[in-house]
Amino acid sequence: MFPFDYHRPDSLDAARVLVAAGDDIKFLAGGQTLIPTLKQRLAAPGGLVDLAGIASLRGIAVGPGSVTIGAMTPHADVAEHAGLRAVLPALAGLAGLIGDPAVRNRGTLGGSLANNDPTADYPAACLAFDAVILTSGREIPAGLFFLGLFETALEPDEAIVAVRFPIPRRAAYEKFPNPASRYAMAGVMVAETADGVRVAVTGAGQSGVFRWEEAETALEAGFIVSALDGLQLPAEDMIADIHGSGAYRARLAWVMARRAVARLA
Amino acid sequence: MPAIALTVNGTPHGIDIDGRALLVDVLREGLGLTGTHVGCDTSQCGACTVHLDGRAVKACTVLAVQADGHEVLTIEGIGTAGALHPMQVAFREHHGLQCGFCTPGMIMAGLDIARRNGPSVGPEVVREELEGNLCRCTGYHNIVNAIMAGAQAMGGMQIVGGAPDADAPTVSAA
Repeated sequence: MFPFDYHRPDSLDAARVLVAAGDDIKFLAGGQTLIPTLKQRLAAPGGLVDLAGIASLRGIAVGPGSVTIGAMTPHADVAEHAGLRAVLPALAGLAGLIGDPAVRNRGTLGGSLANNDPTADYPAACLAFDAVILTSGREIPAGLFFLGLFETALEPDEAIVAVRFPIPRRAAYEKFPNPASRYAMAGVMVAETADGVRVAVTGAGQSGVFRWEEAETALEAGFIVSALDGLQLPAEDMIADIHGSGAYRARLAWVMARRAVARLA
Repeated sequence: MPAIALTVNGTPHGIDIDGRALLVDVLREGLGLTGTHVGCDTSQCGACTVHLDGRAVKACTVLAVQADGHEVLTIEGIGTAGALHPMQVAFREHHGLQCGFCTPGMIMAGLDIARRNGPSVGPEVVREELEGNLCRCTGYHNIVNAIMAGAQAMGGMQIVGGAPDADAPTVSAA
């Protein structure tokens, strides 16, 4: 690891001033991706601004119609929150599938979204529920937030403050984890919302999380497993690596979508 | 070199560290607490598991400066050779170790499992939640039995001090 300056401000304003002081100063959330990256010298920021000292970034508010989760809330808190489990069990369940317990105790919602790993779980929930990413300066609809592999709409000095998830009528998440890393080989969130059915796929697409509109249309016509019969994601758009081919991941996403619908139908 | 304040196993320490030092390195090399092991150094194996403010974390994936002002519990803090912690007793009685390298991390992870799931935690939950702790002797069967027995013996008590844990569930979520 290369040396860096470390700051732990207690307000968002102070954090923004610190991070704006140089191009190579980055926010630090739970560190479960960034610290391994620093150790491998794949990143060498001159400074880290740790957001852990800002109490307002942490917490879960279950309101009528939506749930708002602070960016620095660890996955374990999301997974175990009784109020959230009552109104949106698919989101709490998703959080409980991330990594392992020790990782869930440190890793955060905001860190996961800002990193936008193509195999991360939370992006699927954001797209499927039409969440809004609340940042230090604005509100970004999930549909405009995820721009590609490890790329988001965030400006360099912009921090995620919280995420507002509208509560769908019903939703289910099915994930096939890589057996070693627990990252999604394919993870599919199926949600029936007031505006229709939304299907979001993570882990499989070369450009990261995406909505499977063909599946959405099919499920609008009939919310049953067989509605997905014959649908096929384009293998050439899927991730192909040592863990599986594009065709394998396309099939896996289809199977996960069927399982999610089966849990709801 | 930044100076940090760490409370480790109940004892406050002021330590000068390299700003990029990992928590596990400060525990081992700064404080001589070598019971916490470094297996993979890549967040996979869990041999470095300690508790930070009461929660299991991988000390190879936490910067020591992040722990400044916080409380750390390591394997040295839960029992002594003459007065083992109930979870340590369970590992001995159920032969929950072979070479022993992963054992400190397994015990700290097991305590976290007991804290969150209560005394009657079942084998499915224990196996699922040991996802982040690797035993290369491949002796998981006895480790799972040891954690269940240890959780039972703790009976919902806090990990150290023996007081009832108000937050501990009494019935397994499984």
